[in-house]
Amino acid sequence: MNAMIPAFDPHAVLVAPWTENLSLFGWIAAMGFAVTSACGLVGNYLMLRRMALMGDAVSHSVLPGLVAAFLVTSSRGTLPMFAGALAAGVFTTIAIESIHKLTRVKQDAAIGITFSTLFAIGVVMTSLYAAQVDLDADCVLYGEIAFVPLEPMVSVGGVVLGPVPFVRMAAVLLMVGLLIVAFYKELLVSAFDPGLARSLGTNPTLMHYGLMAALSVVVVSAFESVGAILVVAMLILPGATASLLSTRLSRVHLLSLVHAAISSWLGVTLGVWLDCSIAAAMVVAGALLFALVWIVSPSEGLIARWRRRRRAVLPSALSDDSNPVPEAK
Amino acid sequence: MSRTASRALLILLLAAATSPVEAAGVREFVSSDWSTQIVRFFTLQDASVRFALIGSVLLGLSCGLLGSFIVVRKMALMGDALSHAVLPGVAIGFLWNMTKDPLAILIGATIAGLLGTFLVSAISRTTRLKEDAALGLVLATFFAIGICLVTMIQRLPTGNKSGLDKFLFGQAAALSAEDITLMAIVTSIAVVMVVAFYKELLASSFDPGFSRSIGLPTRWIHHGLMLLLTASVVIALQAVGVVLVSAMLITPASAAYLLTDRLHRLVVMAAAFGVGAGMAGAFLSFVGPSLPTGPLMVIGASALFSAAFLFGPRHGVVARWLLRRRGAARTQRENTLKSMFHVMEATQFRTEGVTLHDLAIRRRETIDDAQRLGRDLVRHGLATLSGDALYFTPSGRKRAGEIVRNHRLWELYLTQSANIAADHVHEDAEKIEHILGESVVRDLERRLGYATFDPHGRAIPSARTIHGGDARREGGNGSGK
Repeated sequence: MNAMIPAFDPHAVLVAPWTENLSLFGWIAAMGFAVTSACGLVGNYLMLRRMALMGDAVSHSVLPGLVAAFLVTSSRGTLPMFAGALAAGVFTTIAIESIHKLTRVKQDAAIGITFSTLFAIGVVMTSLYAAQVDLDADCVLYGEIAFVPLEPMVSVGGVVLGPVPFVRMAAVLLMVGLLIVAFYKELLVSAFDPGLARSLGTNPTLMHYGLMAALSVVVVSAFESVGAILVVAMLILPGATASLLSTRLSRVHLLSLVHAAISSWLGVTLGVWLDCSIAAAMVVAGALLFALVWIVSPSEGLIARWRRRRRAVLPSALSDDSNPVPEAK
Repeated sequence: MSRTASRALLILLLAAATSPVEAAGVREFVSSDWSTQIVRFFTLQDASVRFALIGSVLLGLSCGLLGSFIVVRKMALMGDALSHAVLPGVAIGFLWNMTKDPLAILIGATIAGLLGTFLVSAISRTTRLKEDAALGLVLATFFAIGICLVTMIQRLPTGNKSGLDKFLFGQAAALSAEDITLMAIVTSIAVVMVVAFYKELLASSFDPGFSRSIGLPTRWIHHGLMLLLTASVVIALQAVGVVLVSAMLITPASAAYLLTDRLHRLVVMAAAFGVGAGMAGAFLSFVGPSLPTGPLMVIGASALFSAAFLFGPRHGVVARWLLRRRGAARTQRENTLKSMFHVMEATQFRTEGVTLHDLAIRRRETIDDAQRLGRDLVRHGLATLSGDALYFTPSGRKRAGEIVRNHRLWELYLTQSANIAADHVHEDAEKIEHILGESVVRDLERRLGYATFDPHGRAIPSARTIHGGDARREGGNGSGK
């Protein structure tokens, strides 16, 4: 058991990744930040619409789309990958809706059936065409973010932008950010009050499918580095943590970005120390942040709740025993 | 209920009985092409095939059985969260003495699974986060902790052979005799508990309020179910894998849910579907080159679900489509009958038949369309066609009168009892006239004081006129059943 947890070497864990090994871990941390923040921003809207589990569903079901795209074009180009993911994402949404609308199966069961089927098909396809697809089954689950720096670099006009997956993810993050800025009001209103949104001239169905499309693109760009399941944590954790600290959507977005930055830095540190999967370590770091905020948040935290309840239940007892008031009887 | 139990036990016994069968000593297989593999599978000559088969039967049975309760309790995704949450428990159970000791893994995984479900409810109770967000959060976080531990174990000198990676997608061929024993024990406990507490489970699944009021400990029933569920997820892990075990809970039970309305049938069918899917997965995984078992079992279960989804006799898509089409056709025939009635009414029923020409004018259609509609009535024995005139048969006459009566009664009812203006009631009556049953009509007639005219001043056909001579001969009691 002791052999499993390596000794904590402050230099190797805290300093080296950011100095002599920066060319390696710098890109990993940057990729982690890009993935977590893009997922977090999209995830905020999923959570507002109570569709957090659609993230789970889409993240699993992009796999067959991805594999099919690899097989058809026999390349790992960005465009076929996005097309495959979009097709799979839209198909998932439609399949869930139709199972749930056409029969008496409830929506949660419909989600479970749809994504597990598509994921199973995807896994079988990866196993059958392992040679062509270049995705191994475990990587499908938790990705391999440590391989990101080894990918070919992209450079524009002599300026090195970074490895391919990072550049792609950063572009997706930028796109998500721009879309949120451009459609901030529409997204906000349609999340909270679809009826009002419709009367203001926003098409809620269009918003729904647009969000699903954004989700598919984000998930598929994150797929190779964090896999199908960890991406669910990255969709939910930043927003969940942020929403315990603020109720304003704009601030929740900013706090999600902060969460993404801290959790990717801490994740690299944890991953280097324990020598485990860095993507999983980033999620664990993000979950630790969530746990911390859940306990100490001034408005929603467990401590604050406990103190509020104590004050509410025992107002007289408190004033009698603990702080005797100089009284005038 | 005893039938359910005996059937479930029968399956269990059958599974146990097949295990000691020694295959005829066919040993000369050297090549491993698929036909050879099929023969090897069905002759059960390899211990691994027997174990895989028994294991998948057992896990299909327990997952189907317990899955039916989570489906009817609308907790389907709790099964998903639970199955991912057990992964760190599996890793810690392995670390206990660095072997794949089934019991240590069972205990570790059960604790992790229960901790996960506890955290889901704690988060959704104490924060603003909704339950779905809490589920996803716990699911993915526990999975990440599990992946951290598994990757750390695999780095150990002994860890490479740990076989923990088999827990991700499942490999039924990797099941050992001890695993099978444990699976049999857990499955038997699940079967016994479900049989013993069937009534309590039934009541608390469908009506928690009622069950609390008659003194059932619904919270404990819930916790007990979660415990059984966790245990059955854990025994299924090695064959199906963490990622897809939730599908073995949800999919067979949902397929059964589309086929029956009775819980005991649902439970038995779900267990049977689970066993079928499990065996299919074990078979395909053995035949195919190094395919993981879990995804194949899930595809098997999904195939069963798709069949139920499309061809289920009552809730299936095809059946419902046919039903809707039949309903639409009946509505159309009834509308034709009504038009014939209207044409005859315009001449105070002085003419016997209705010419296709008059029908076409009344319906604002072409003569060809009227002829087509008339032929449809003839096919269903509601009218006869001679020359270019349609004549009611007795049953057609009766149905036409009923439809017109329903329409006019409903219009009158809406204007009198719901205060809707007389020119707004037609559309509604057009729809309801095809649906109203005899007892509702009796009730409407009574409430409206056996009125004889509708809001537009047209006569409402009474039971006597609808049934014509029959009612008079029976003494005019007018209750025309």
